[in-house]
Amino acid sequence: MRHVVISLVLNAVLAVGVTAAHAQDANREQMKGLDEQVQEVKSDVLSIAAELNQLEEKLLYPSNTHLAVFVTIAPGETLRLDAMRVHIDGQLATHYIYTFKELEALQKGGVQRIYTGNVASGQHEIELSLAGKLASGQDYTRTERFPFSKEVGPKLIGVTVAGPDSGKPAIAVGDWH
Amino acid sequence: MHRALHIVLGLAPATALAFAAALAFAAALAPRPSAAGDLRDLYFGESLYHAYQGRYFDALERLDAELAQHRRVDEPERDSLQYHKHSAEFSVGDYELHYRMHHRAGRAIRAVLESDVEDPVRNEAAFRLARIHFQKGQPQDALEALERIRGEVPVSIRDEIAFLRANVYLALGRPAEAVDVLKGLQGARNLGGFAAYNRGIALLQAGRSSEALQQLDKAGQLADADPATQAIEDRSNMVLGKLTLESADYERAQRSFDRVHLEGPYSNQALLNAGWAYTAAANYERALVPWNVLVQRDATDSAVQEAKLALPFAYGKLNAYGRAALLYDKALVSFGEELQKVDASIRSVREGKFLAALVREEIKQDKDWVVRLRLLPDAPETFYLTTLMASHDFQTALQNYLDMEDLRKKLLTWRSGFAAYEDIIRLRRENYEPLLPGVDAQFRELDAQMRQRLEQRDNLDKRLQGILIAPRAELLATADERIDLIRIRSLEAALRSSADPQVPALQERLARVKGAIAWNLRTQYHARLTEAHKHLLALDADIAVLKTRYDAFVRARQAAMHSYVGYDDPIKRLRSRVGDALAEVNTLMARQGELIETVAVNELKARGTRLEVYQTQARYAVADSYDRAARAQASGGAP
Repeated sequence: MRHVVISLVLNAVLAVGVTAAHAQDANREQMKGLDEQVQEVKSDVLSIAAELNQLEEKLLYPSNTHLAVFVTIAPGETLRLDAMRVHIDGQLATHYIYTFKELEALQKGGVQRIYTGNVASGQHEIELSLAGKLASGQDYTRTERFPFSKEVGPKLIGVTVAGPDSGKPAIAVGDWH
Repeated sequence: MHRALHIVLGLAPATALAFAAALAFAAALAPRPSAAGDLRDLYFGESLYHAYQGRYFDALERLDAELAQHRRVDEPERDSLQYHKHSAEFSVGDYELHYRMHHRAGRAIRAVLESDVEDPVRNEAAFRLARIHFQKGQPQDALEALERIRGEVPVSIRDEIAFLRANVYLALGRPAEAVDVLKGLQGARNLGGFAAYNRGIALLQAGRSSEALQQLDKAGQLADADPATQAIEDRSNMVLGKLTLESADYERAQRSFDRVHLEGPYSNQALLNAGWAYTAAANYERALVPWNVLVQRDATDSAVQEAKLALPFAYGKLNAYGRAALLYDKALVSFGEELQKVDASIRSVREGKFLAALVREEIKQDKDWVVRLRLLPDAPETFYLTTLMASHDFQTALQNYLDMEDLRKKLLTWRSGFAAYEDIIRLRRENYEPLLPGVDAQFRELDAQMRQRLEQRDNLDKRLQGILIAPRAELLATADERIDLIRIRSLEAALRSSADPQVPALQERLARVKGAIAWNLRTQYHARLTEAHKHLLALDADIAVLKTRYDAFVRARQAAMHSYVGYDDPIKRLRSRVGDALAEVNTLMARQGELIETVAVNELKARGTRLEVYQTQARYAVADSYDRAARAQASGGAP
């Protein structure tokens, strides 16, 4: 009985295996060929994206009015950032709610571009509000206002957020070039 | 018999080992985005943000642009990316690898390697390049890159370099050298059990079987809570179990299979093999234990299906023919149901539902999305494909398909954006074109006036500079004084031609007045000179304001012009490129999708054929068991 079980299964599996192996080789070759073409398309689309970005920046956010706001979490911070709200000169620019993956990316040191827009040169005010939770589970919200000056070139504002136990300001703003 | 067992189990030992060794490398040395540390460049940080989320297209796009800009600047050492330059170049290679652009991967790193950099940076570049070559399946090139490592090596990558070198030796068929390298890595914490396991494989490939078994035994008992290390333990135990089963060391094989964790990717195969190990030692009673556990598990798993036949077989060996017949009956029903599922899956795949399930957004949010595909209630076609989907080739094909889908969506969005851009440009043109001629005419007038005033200011400046070198008090006269002096000169001329007797007296009066003016000019010279400088400075301040306004106007004028002029050609070119790329992506997606479906259907058919074989066998066995049960009953024995 045991012999029969094994030999029957063996014969069938071998037969299937030999046919499948030929088909697999052919498929593998096809997959390899396609993979190379896929790489070429990726390269091409990346180059289109680069050109398109330049066009968009020139058309939609020219340097004389360009304003970009970036958000980062202070290194080693355990704050769970849930949302950020940005007002510029009293107008809501963006209200962003973070996914878990985005939060993780920020905690690892990634920088999020939260807003890109246009402002005239001169003096302005940015209001930043954060909502999140502390490691203790307690809700944590802060709002800060900062004046900034827009010159001829693009204006980049880097916002660093931190919890109350870090000894750092809850919301700090830095100028970037 | 044991060879047959291995084939029944679906993996020849060598295949199992090669597959296992490759995975051990992938998990231990997977490229990671280079950490930013003290971040000084927002755009580099932005690329990391995308990379940490697995969005490598966006990460590459951002970092490519930033690196290109960095290379263009006149003083790169003053650019903020300079601080992260090498990390950025290394990251580009990592992103390209992650995004499966192996052709491009390594270009930036090679540039670092060729440049004049310090030993630690060059050595890290060589290591990363070697890793790329290795992952591209070019072990000889990988070894050549590793040979370039000399001098100071960063501590953080020393073990990883050695581990990579060992894997390269293995890939080049030089297992003896791999054994030596891996010996020095047995305590390396960051490599978990990978070094221990791979050393076992290297020993095996070097023909040192006895040492290999000892090493795999060690690797299988690391007792680490880390899930990755546990997986390696399980893998070591599986390989060890299969090898010892093959060499008829059943007790050791049983111990190895028993050590595999009850939950995990190897669990079902371990239970099945444990049963076969007991069966091979004629210990059928003990074989019932793992197989009874296994038959309760997911009926689509090949190990579970095999156990459904193996369990009644063991009962038969224990002369429990009645029980065996019942279990064969149950197996028959189960195989019938599974065959229906396989047929339904094949139909579903052919209807395109498998590909549709693969591109569902909510699935891709999860890093274990392939596993989660099984949970989709309306996607039965995925139930039988988990193993297939875990294979490297199929994963590449699947990922390429998904990447193509992402690119397709991007290209479609971009294509629809062009009309909006053209609309913006049209509106701006309609707004500015009627205004600009009038504005320009006014500007030209103001520009002429401004130039005149600037010339006057320059003249004043020159005069004052002249006075400092050769003092000329009359140049500091007030307007009234200048008028008075002109009148005096005119009167003097009139008096000279007059014959009036009062002329001398009048000339004397004029001389007094002239003298008074000259006195004032001389005595007030320094005060007047200082005052003139003050006025010039005040004028300069006003001119600066004027220039700022002038420049702002020129910029605004240029910006107005640039907001609608010069876009036609780039948009036309981009539209054409996007259209071409979209056509290419659609073609590739169709071909890739068809291939995925073919491979999936082939896999399902193979599983169906295997189920049919099981079904035939169960039919035969159920009849045979009933006969034996009847005979046993007739002879008065237990059924």
